[in-house]
Amino acid sequence: MNALSKRWRVSWASAALCLWACLSAGLSHAQGADGPMTPFGPAGIPLEERILTGSAQDQVAITATFSGSELFVYGAIARNRFLAVGENSPEIIIVVRGPSSPIMVRKKDRIGGLWMNNEAVRIAAAPSYYAVASTKPLPEILEELDDFTYRISIDRAVLIAGVPFSAENPANFREALIRLKRQSGLYRNTPFGVTLKGGTLYQARFRMPANIIEGDYQVRVFLVRDGRVRDQARIELPVRKEGVERVLYAAAQETPFLYGLLTLLTALFCGWGASELFRLLRR
Amino acid sequence: MTIYLPIAELSVNALLIIGLGGMVGVISGLFGVGGGFLLTPLLILIGIPPAVAVSTQAPQIVASSFSGVLAHWKRRAVDVKMGFVLLGAGIVGSFIGVEIFSYLRELGQVEFFVTLCYVVFLGLVGGLMAFESVSALKRRRNGGLVTSNAAKRRRWIHKLPWKVRFKQSKLYISVIPPILIGFSIGILGAIMGVGGGFIMLPALIYLLGMPTNVVVGTSLFQIVFVMMFTTILHAVENRTVDAVLALLLLLGGVVGAQFGAVLGARLRGEQLRLLLAALVLTVCLVLAFDLIATPSELYSISRIEAG
Repeated sequence: MNALSKRWRVSWASAALCLWACLSAGLSHAQGADGPMTPFGPAGIPLEERILTGSAQDQVAITATFSGSELFVYGAIARNRFLAVGENSPEIIIVVRGPSSPIMVRKKDRIGGLWMNNEAVRIAAAPSYYAVASTKPLPEILEELDDFTYRISIDRAVLIAGVPFSAENPANFREALIRLKRQSGLYRNTPFGVTLKGGTLYQARFRMPANIIEGDYQVRVFLVRDGRVRDQARIELPVRKEGVERVLYAAAQETPFLYGLLTLLTALFCGWGASELFRLLRR
Repeated sequence: MTIYLPIAELSVNALLIIGLGGMVGVISGLFGVGGGFLLTPLLILIGIPPAVAVSTQAPQIVASSFSGVLAHWKRRAVDVKMGFVLLGAGIVGSFIGVEIFSYLRELGQVEFFVTLCYVVFLGLVGGLMAFESVSALKRRRNGGLVTSNAAKRRRWIHKLPWKVRFKQSKLYISVIPPILIGFSIGILGAIMGVGGGFIMLPALIYLLGMPTNVVVGTSLFQIVFVMMFTTILHAVENRTVDAVLALLLLLGGVVGAQFGAVLGARLRGEQLRLLLAALVLTVCLVLAFDLIATPSELYSISRIEAG
């Protein structure tokens, strides 16, 4: 029921957005933003741009039948005037990140003929989920310095610093972490994942796989011009276990003894029930 | 039909898990073992974190063994005194096993150590069983005398002090061997996520010389209680017992076990044992291959819990 209403909300939002997009595309065309006619002069007023953002969901619920989710992020760029001839649309980068935690990366080595974990590197902080979508590939639109300052690309989000390493080549461990996370669909990078319409409206879809963990997720939207971040907006997106999942997880963490006992009683009851049932059936 | 597991934190196909539970249930009912030695590696294979697989195994074993204990109890085929000796030692062992498991988890060697334990014990037990049942089948074919040197092997056991009489087993032996057996199986159960039936049965028969008719009941009696204790310990100590996974497994498991028991009644003992030996050795070889062959991915990641 919940999922259904969410789907409705998404499609409602996208329908509204489409309408909006059509209207504004028509408008900008009529007023000739790309054409020779420019009602407002380019030179006089310096261009100011602000980014506005929203998402179709205000939270993601992990229920018993959770099989992943799609996050729909949309928004618009507000300006103090229309774009003049020769002024390009800005680029948009959207980053969705899950809660960070330290992670241990281990590497297997052959020891005495058997493969076992040997070297280990502790990654100080790695997001549990990290998705970057942009209007163009990141290296083309973003300078190193701003990538570093705002921690935008996946490489900047995974921090290795601050711990002594026993391993010979700790960078390999970080790469391995990113590779493994990519393979399980938790780290994703989609250049051209953001569509910008009429220079003002943008939207992007993010796939959140079934193995995401709960926590406070964050959606950050960057407006980029000439390789520099000019404005940013963010929204919080709580991801929570709900219903049975919530109850069980909380029980396991807060009252582990009772939780274990109840699991046991269920097991005993099922074992007893099955044998009784089959005895009845055999008669 | 996918279901999200709250503790393992991933979603699985519910039917696949029920099917796995059912399949292992049939095997456990057929051979009178818990089936943990099959289920744990299978769960790890489909992506359940090893720590969760091992500890969730415990309530599953409780469920599938409990109906067996009830049946044996009604037939008075449980040596309660022996059961309690094994149980007491088993609980101490289980306690230490869970501690070792936590320690290994910190070291990041759970997977390696569990796999190694499996290879060693499955290899040993499977090999022994295969040898015994092949020679039993041969003897039957030759029609020769059934000679056993088990009694000779047991002589050293009778030299140990603290002798106790176990009436139902018709034994007068030292309590030290049963304590040692119970203790080691408690440890193994906690670390490997197995009931230990496949080790306990041969140990009780060949080492202690217990009569076969009370062996299965007594071993199940011990396993149920030790696994109950292990479930609680894993839940409290490691917080890795996944109730949803357990429920799915035992739904399939308890039904499968009943079918297995019916099927088992139609096969001869030696054939059954040879089959089980083949199964045990196959699992052993597959796991051994994992340890020896060059893995396709050398790196692995694990979350460090806050605190």
